[in-house]
Amino acid sequence: MLLIPCPWCGPRDEAEFHYGGQAHVAYPADPAALSDEEWGRYLFFRDNPAGPFAERWSHSAGCRRWFNVVRDTSTNRIVPQEANR
Amino acid sequence: MNRHPKLGSVDRGRVVRFVFDGREYTGHPGDTLASALLANGVRRVGTSVTHGRPRGIFAAGAEEPNAVVQIEEPFPEPMVPATMVELYDGLVASGLAGRGRLADRPDPARYDGMYAHCEVLVVGGGPAGLAAAEEAARSGVRVILADERTPAAPPGVRLLPRTTVIGYYDDNYLIAVERRSEAGTARERLWRIRAGHVVLATGAHERSIAFAGNDLPGVMLAGAARTYLTRYGVLPGRRAVVFTTNDSAYLAAEDLARAGVEIAAIVDVRPTPAPTDIEVISGNFVTEARGDGEVSSVLVGSRELEADLLLVSGGWNPVVHLFGQSGGTLRYDDDLAALVPGESPQAVTVAGAARGVFGHADCVQDGIRAARAALGQTAPEPPPTSRQHACWLVPATDYTRHFVDLQRDVTVADIHRATGAGLRSVEHVKRYTTAGTAHDQGKTSGLLTTAVMARTLGVSPADLGSTTFRAPYTPVSFAALAGRDRGDLHDPVRVTALHDWHAAHGALFENVGQWKRPWYYPGDGEDMDTAVLRECRAAREGVAAMDASTLGKIDIRGPDAAEFLDRLYTNLMSTLKVGSIRYGVLCRLDGMVFDDGTAIRLAEDHYLVTTTTGNAAAVLDWMEEWLQTEWPDLRVHCTSVTEQWATVALVGPGSRAVLAELAPDLAVDSASFPFMTWREADVAGIPARICRISFSGELAYEINVSWWYGLALWEAVMSRDVTPYGTETMHVLRAEKGYPIIGQDTDGTVTPHDLGLSWLVSKKKADFLGKRSFTRQDTARSDRKRLVGLLPATRLREGSALLADGRMVGHVTSSYLSAALGRPFALALVAGEHTTLTTLDGTPAEVTSPVFYDPEGRRRDG
Amino acid sequence: MAERRSPLSGLDVELPGVTVTEVPYLTQLNVRTATPLTPPNTTRRDGDVTTVWLGPDEYLLIGPGEIATPGVDVSAHRTTIRLTGPRARDLLAHGCALDLHPSVFPPGRCAQTLFARTPIILIATEDGYLILVRSSFARHLADWLLDAGSEGTVRYGRKPFASPKGHDF
Repeated sequence: MLLIPCPWCGPRDEAEFHYGGQAHVAYPADPAALSDEEWGRYLFFRDNPAGPFAERWSHSAGCRRWFNVVRDTSTNRIVPQEANR
Repeated sequence: MNRHPKLGSVDRGRVVRFVFDGREYTGHPGDTLASALLANGVRRVGTSVTHGRPRGIFAAGAEEPNAVVQIEEPFPEPMVPATMVELYDGLVASGLAGRGRLADRPDPARYDGMYAHCEVLVVGGGPAGLAAAEEAARSGVRVILADERTPAAPPGVRLLPRTTVIGYYDDNYLIAVERRSEAGTARERLWRIRAGHVVLATGAHERSIAFAGNDLPGVMLAGAARTYLTRYGVLPGRRAVVFTTNDSAYLAAEDLARAGVEIAAIVDVRPTPAPTDIEVISGNFVTEARGDGEVSSVLVGSRELEADLLLVSGGWNPVVHLFGQSGGTLRYDDDLAALVPGESPQAVTVAGAARGVFGHADCVQDGIRAARAALGQTAPEPPPTSRQHACWLVPATDYTRHFVDLQRDVTVADIHRATGAGLRSVEHVKRYTTAGTAHDQGKTSGLLTTAVMARTLGVSPADLGSTTFRAPYTPVSFAALAGRDRGDLHDPVRVTALHDWHAAHGALFENVGQWKRPWYYPGDGEDMDTAVLRECRAAREGVAAMDASTLGKIDIRGPDAAEFLDRLYTNLMSTLKVGSIRYGVLCRLDGMVFDDGTAIRLAEDHYLVTTTTGNAAAVLDWMEEWLQTEWPDLRVHCTSVTEQWATVALVGPGSRAVLAELAPDLAVDSASFPFMTWREADVAGIPARICRISFSGELAYEINVSWWYGLALWEAVMSRDVTPYGTETMHVLRAEKGYPIIGQDTDGTVTPHDLGLSWLVSKKKADFLGKRSFTRQDTARSDRKRLVGLLPATRLREGSALLADGRMVGHVTSSYLSAALGRPFALALVAGEHTTLTTLDGTPAEVTSPVFYDPEGRRRDG
Repeated sequence: MAERRSPLSGLDVELPGVTVTEVPYLTQLNVRTATPLTPPNTTRRDGDVTTVWLGPDEYLLIGPGEIATPGVDVSAHRTTIRLTGPRARDLLAHGCALDLHPSVFPPGRCAQTLFARTPIILIATEDGYLILVRSSFARHLADWLLDAGSEGTVRYGRKPFASPKGHDF
């Protein structure tokens, strides 16, 4: 049971959060301008490193805010990041 | 009775009766089943799983590999080590042949769970653990001490007695099981502990040596024999041989000798023995334990010593299981000849024998050191770790009776077979031989397996590493893990404000997400089909009502609310007039339908949207995600108001008249109150928002009132001649109209176009979530599965495959009997154009439009 | 006007060391504002109105009477359970993963969290705790609380999950 640092509520059990996958994958400014391949890459492709990984969480059972952390996927060590995006 | 007159701490003043393998015995409070069996002279406790060999009691604690029993009474429980069963009156148990038997009746006991928090958690109440707990508590922080037994807790320490810590997870989250037996309390309690720092003082397990016949009843770990004597006053035999690699077994031999056990000899593999008055055969091995069903003699080279007990000590293994689970590295220490803890990513300190410090005084000092380290204080130098003589195996020509894993019946010969087959990794040998995979998870056999393997391959155990230590450290029952979350409390149950009325009127309930929804209301002698046909007829021909309170409701406010909804929904919501209602569909970015519902425009900057019952939380999360992470510039706020409103759907050609009676101030004629609009009025004297929407194709209203008044509204509706209906009827009515249910007629691979809802997909909007995916190659295919109607010869099963020319082209998503059509019908997702399809059992079905009833939509105006 | 009914009407149970009571029909307003009304994770009392922090721009205003602040009316969305007595914290520890020690969660502190897998708003008060629970979950929560506080002998809405013989060891 990870202890995840919500930037607003403090550290809480993982069970209170929803995982949001890789951070910093922005919605394309103009999806219509993308090729099928580019759009498919945005939709379906994400990094999967063994090591530090910037990812998004939502404190869904708490303040409902989204925030980013960097989690080392090999140790589960979490370093808090900015509150949004 | 093999009970010493004075030694031990059992309560001799009281007698406990128990039955083992059909025979009645007695013991004392404070005994374990194992100590009581030994006291009664019971040597054979079980039979081995593969070879059917007799097995006895080998250890005295959680590491017991042999004496695994079936508890029969008070409640059947399989595979319990006799060493961990506290004796109580009425206990009935039997020996096992390696496999237990699950109970065939419900467990009557109760189980509990507790969360706990502390600055320091100490695991293990031996000398190091007690010293660490006492030292940590001195600084005033919260200290929890968990121990398998009931040691005297130092002042200021919260003791969890009879508690085994079984799991060490991320961020110092540990799980422990407390065995309780007080009358009126739960039988076991699962502790979930979050600790600032953990001190592992888990001690060491004595290990065995592989020699011929080392599995016979009467072969016992030397330290275990000493425990049976000092803790329970039990003499585990009359005449013993001690076979050792180290000094600790001498203490066992001397204690047993003083208590009256004749020690035939100490066989010490070391050339220089420790000083003792007992005869020592040094520099030598026990080559075989002999006996018919139990030890009767011990072979030392050419000498045969008569004995009924053979005590073995191959040295001590630090109990590093929890440290390993913490993510800690383990290292084979050549001096200690054992695995020792290395580095852990977590805030944990290991103290005492668990890291190879074996002397009592050293352990106390090490406990104090660990506590200070835990608190970030200056800690004294750690005492040095011990040295051990490595001896794993007695050389022989035949290794088929040199047991390594007693519980899995794995011998040295089996390991040779594995290495002979080319296996070089301990993980592979573990899986090939199954050594270490039994109930005891190799507590006495793990390192022995590695060492025998290393010896065979001519390398050091350090070169082979160790297998992975995983939770649980000892077996845990599912009931303990479930705790209070079983029976009717096993998952949250959500009910509406009208629930008691439904239950009192005989409704059967359907689970929708966590909600209980009325499924149908069978009248006297009605089966489900009859009841549903009656309810459907009432809705199509008269007036009927349903509890629709479970729909998710989200309040959306702010100057950019319209723009926000335009980005989320496939259709335009900004053009909706205040006072009106629009149906909409939400897609994920891949273009697949995710949810549907209505949007009600309450004001220019204010909407109320509904979601499906099961998806309310997911839709709100989806909205928040976009608002917070992609569109923070939009001035919009979303608030769940699902339970603010109780909702009653009033349906049927007679619904307008009933509403007019209940809401005399409301103009209900079609011109004043048209389809897809809402009005506010008192209904049955209750302030209400009435929406003219229809999920049945009939004239219908959804009346929303405060949850507090939901029951009053429903009772007012029911006081008219209105038929209550449930979710099954709702499903039939909507299917007759071809309205899909998201999650039933869709499965995450269906676009609005596939559902025939192209009219809902805006062509005017530059973008909305999912739009780009509609032109992806796969999504734009013309041969995608689409929603169709089916008129089958007989009622189909939902999920049935549909065949065209013997090829599967789709499946049935919804199937019902229709009162209106007077026949069975179905909805299906089907690829390609067909006039008829068949199911696997050959039932033919005509393919039709999914709209079976009133395709012109005349009935919705009544 | 018609008769109203709260989700846990009549809930007032004295268990060993803890009393569990519904406080029905409170006015509750969800208020969104960038102006801080009370610091994160705290509550503030102004007369009989309590302001509860829910998020960086989100608050819940609770009181027995009308509250003249613009916001979303969520009065019936949740009901309120009051826990008082020396064992109130211990009872919560059966189902709530938060550290509720007074040094960490003193009176005036609040949290949105889970109890027995049910979303709640938890408030520490001078005399115990308030639990705000969504109306649909209220019975499950009450039953779970009572089960934990009475070792299965007391229920609000459902029959206890009992053994045929009920023996306990």
